[in-house]
Amino acid sequence: MKFAYYPGCSLRGTGRAYEESLLAVFRALDIELEELDDWNCCGATTYMSVDELTSYALAGRNLALAERKRQDIVAPCAACYLVLNKTQHYMEDYPEIKLTVTRALAAIGLTYDNHVRVRHPLDILLNDVGLKAIAAKVKRPLKGLKVAPYYGCQIVRPYSTFDDQRNPTSMDRLLEACGAKMVHYSLKTRCCGGSQKGTLPEIGLDLIHYLLSEAHKYGAEAIATVCPLCQFNLESFQKESGDRHHPISIPVVYFSQLLALALGAPANKIGLQRSLVPIGSVLAEKEIAYA
Amino acid sequence: MELKRTVKFEADRDPEFARWISHTVGGERIRHCLQCGLCSGSCPLSLYMDYTPRRLMHLSREGFKEEVLGSTSIWLCTACYACMVECPKNINITHLMYALKQRAITEHFYPKRFPIPVMARQFGLMVRGAGRITESRLIVRVFLRTAFWRLLGMSALGMKLFRTGRMPLLREKIERRKEMATLLDSVTATKRELAL
Repeated sequence: MKFAYYPGCSLRGTGRAYEESLLAVFRALDIELEELDDWNCCGATTYMSVDELTSYALAGRNLALAERKRQDIVAPCAACYLVLNKTQHYMEDYPEIKLTVTRALAAIGLTYDNHVRVRHPLDILLNDVGLKAIAAKVKRPLKGLKVAPYYGCQIVRPYSTFDDQRNPTSMDRLLEACGAKMVHYSLKTRCCGGSQKGTLPEIGLDLIHYLLSEAHKYGAEAIATVCPLCQFNLESFQKESGDRHHPISIPVVYFSQLLALALGAPANKIGLQRSLVPIGSVLAEKEIAYA
Repeated sequence: MELKRTVKFEADRDPEFARWISHTVGGERIRHCLQCGLCSGSCPLSLYMDYTPRRLMHLSREGFKEEVLGSTSIWLCTACYACMVECPKNINITHLMYALKQRAITEHFYPKRFPIPVMARQFGLMVRGAGRITESRLIVRVFLRTAFWRLLGMSALGMKLFRTGRMPLLREKIERRKEMATLLDSVTATKRELAL
């Protein structure tokens, strides 16, 4: 298996731990990733609201670069995953969008014929690798670590084909295969507020608080996320949302960090040292050696 | 005491706006809306909105432009797509929110120093220049133009992120940066030509 790896901007900044742990997981499972040559920003949700036609062209360049290599794309970031998929759908559905993107790509010497599949790591791990193969490679079982699986919005809605839009379970199953215990988490696809924390902070803090308190209520020892912005919001504003409501402190990690840990990677190679709410004491309590 | 008419008259409508929304990308099925309210019920932000998504759909397709573009709802939408999953008529509500946001920005329907249009503009400029976003630089640029005093409140978090290597200051950029301007200019040209 070989894929074009499209990290996106966040995985080079606040989401570095996501990249580090994901690469460790793929390495442990012998899946080859080749970084997409000279990839550019997908436009994310922000560009969509200024000028969506332009955002399709931005996404189109990445799709075209992958098609030239005849590779499918792995997009771990929720916004990138959504935008790339959306661009493919809209190019098929609206001739004027297809024309605009095709012309823009032609201006920089590229073409795109819709042959690239945009995949999420959860999809690849569950459907291409499989739970059995992953369970067989677990070196450091997670010993019933209680995890709240938080999927957020844009992985499962509205274009994902690999999981349920209301009650996704792919991450649940992957982490259970590694020995974690998933707690009931009814807000697993509820929005974290996205960039609202920056633009309309009070509302952002409310949404963050609901998610944290629900995880806490059901006894989660950690929250596992799939999106760099969700992870950043839930981890970085626990104090601020606590000041506004009531204080909750809970480690928020990427699902890939837990997977990598289970597959035997050392903690400092999978970005656990980058956490603002460290998970060390929880792991120590479970006697999961993580060094 | 300011007294205002609380009922809308047909004459208050803007037929051009109604036509535009049902012909814009994603607006094809807006006239099929049943007003069932599943969008408002599933929306995590509707509690904060002046017009919930259900009301906004109805106001837009009837052409109440001032109410729609002046509403807080279009800025509150985070594009979580919950409404679209629930809509029994498959109306592309999230996309319509984007369309309304764009139109509100073009027609300046927002308060001064309002951060969302500023963020959108700075984001666009950074993509054009570098091809990628450097989060730290984007945040600073936005706050300098909107609420610079809030940067001080965020300095503790900024330091923590910097110490953990999550806030690199180095500018992220692509190799073939010239392609960005060419790509974006081509879109502008096609838009003008086809009046999109």
